[in-house]
Amino acid sequence: MAALTVENLKKTYANGVQALRGINFTVEQGDFFALLGPNGAGKSTTIGIITSLVNKTAGSVSVFGHDIDMDLRGAKKHIGLVPQEFNFNIFETVMQVIVNQAGYYGVPAKIALERAEWYLNKLGLWEKRDTPTRLLSGGMKRRLMIVRALLHDPELLILDEPTAGVDIELRRSMWDFLKEMNERGKTIILTTHYLEEAEYLCRNIAIIDNGSLITHTNMRHLLDSLHTETFILYLENNVHDVPQLEGFSAYLTDPKTLSVDVSQEQQMNVLFEQLSQQGIKVLSMRNKANRLEELFIRMTAKEKPHD
Amino acid sequence: MIDRTNRIAFQTIVTKEIVRFLRIWPQTLLPPVITMTLYFVIFGSLIGKQIGDMDGFTYMQYIVPGLVMMSMMTNSYANVATSFFGTKFQRNVDEMLIAPISTWVILLGFVVGGTLRGLLVGILVVIIALFFTHLQIHHVFVMLSVALLAAVLFALAGFTNGLFADKFDDVSIVPTFVITPLTYLGGVFYSIDMLPPFWEHLSKLNPILYMVNAFRYGILGVSDINIVWAMLIIFSFTVGLFIFNLKLLEKGYGVRS
Ligand SMILES: Nc1ncnc2c1ncn2[C@@H]1O[C@H](COP(=O)(O)OP(=O)(O)OP(=O)(O)O)[C@@H](O)[C@H]1O
Ligand SMILES: [Mg+2]
Repeated sequence: MAALTVENLKKTYANGVQALRGINFTVEQGDFFALLGPNGAGKSTTIGIITSLVNKTAGSVSVFGHDIDMDLRGAKKHIGLVPQEFNFNIFETVMQVIVNQAGYYGVPAKIALERAEWYLNKLGLWEKRDTPTRLLSGGMKRRLMIVRALLHDPELLILDEPTAGVDIELRRSMWDFLKEMNERGKTIILTTHYLEEAEYLCRNIAIIDNGSLITHTNMRHLLDSLHTETFILYLENNVHDVPQLEGFSAYLTDPKTLSVDVSQEQQMNVLFEQLSQQGIKVLSMRNKANRLEELFIRMTAKEKPHD
Repeated sequence: MIDRTNRIAFQTIVTKEIVRFLRIWPQTLLPPVITMTLYFVIFGSLIGKQIGDMDGFTYMQYIVPGLVMMSMMTNSYANVATSFFGTKFQRNVDEMLIAPISTWVILLGFVVGGTLRGLLVGILVVIIALFFTHLQIHHVFVMLSVALLAAVLFALAGFTNGLFADKFDDVSIVPTFVITPLTYLGGVFYSIDMLPPFWEHLSKLNPILYMVNAFRYGILGVSDINIVWAMLIIFSFTVGLFIFNLKLLEKGYGVRS
């Protein structure tokens, strides 16, 4: 069964901004789904419509078979939302936020408190339970938003940039937590600007740009479609002319740094043989960028045609 | 429609509202107590003695119902306007909007919260009044139902204000420029019989006059206007405003983009 179906979704805001121009995608139950796109692409707008915070202009959305126009309450029960911006009542304590949110979903306080204890411990916030939200650090607020979204035990968890401004260590622990939630059966939709995050967590992906969907596919498939990768080689000695490397295109960033495009069919050995024949010693090398990142930049680049 | 989710959600909103106005009691409960004490001392005891009787009661007794009503109305109104606007301003209202709560439950939750503050302040003001004078209640049922209706009506009006407000100043414009003047002109301090005919008729267009008079009738048994008529007017305003707010909130006015 589809956890989420979005059909021909359009949104024009009151000020005339056309944020969505008719997008379609489906998220299967149990999936870990990435919704990517540059700033202003329409990701939060899409999420806003799914969660009823934004009124759509056209199209339809259905959550576990509940169409939001026919049975909005039915749809809402299945969704847990982690919004992009903090929206706590700054005077309430962590526990008050939790009990209130659970109450809005009809979860009795007793059950809410049990769940809260489990999640707060799990995400390292139990000690902060009596702290007013305004005194939490950014990373703590992000985690509290995740706890808040899970109290009614939703089947579909939607996270809008959950790791924005979170340090590496905490980000990794949030990844583990989300993976575990997904393994326990929750369908997860995530937006992020950290593409390695999407690559590490997500099985399926949709990329929106300027209100239109440009890709909706399997992550592995998408990465495979990337034929060439750029490697950056750090050389021991200065090189003044770009070495002649048969079959590879290369250029010098500076006399000691050589960039080489390597396609999937090519062997690195061939590259290194040629380099050693010409007496060029390579000290170390790295990928130019995260592969997904490169693909993403290429796909969403305004000037270049999409490939 | 009153399923378990709505019931628990309603309790949650009302509790949250009560916790809020009790937590900030120096801003919510203390000011009316101080202001009303001053009114009683100055108008009731000091000036009232010079004025003499009004409709067969001491001036102090005559102004008590109006002042109780005035504090209930302004506090119900302020509670909902400020709380709802604050919730909206912090985007905290999203917590409720994304949840499977019926719209009328959200509206009712805020209105009940404001009504409770209005009634609590009303009770506090009555207690203070009893230090200055004695009151014999004539029609308990009329008194209670008018108090409740007026508190609900003003809580609803506060909600409308909260929905339309874009900045914090907007929450105080209506109380300052509409409610306070209408209250002063609504027969809190005088009987409209004392006015020239033109002003007496004009006064009858003031909805607050009906609440003050109906409430005064409940306590003292005297009124400038027909009580049944007054109750009907208040009741229809309440229903009308509830529906108006509900429609706005359903459309997402001011809270959904
Ligand atoms: N309430 C609003 N009123 C008018 N325009 C809006 C509103 N919210 C968003 N927009 C516009 O709609 C477009 C899409 O915005 P949206 O927030 O959906 O982007 P996003 O993909 O979430 O971006 P980001 O990665 O920066 O969060 C942008 O051009 C934005 O300026
Ligand atoms: Mg966004």
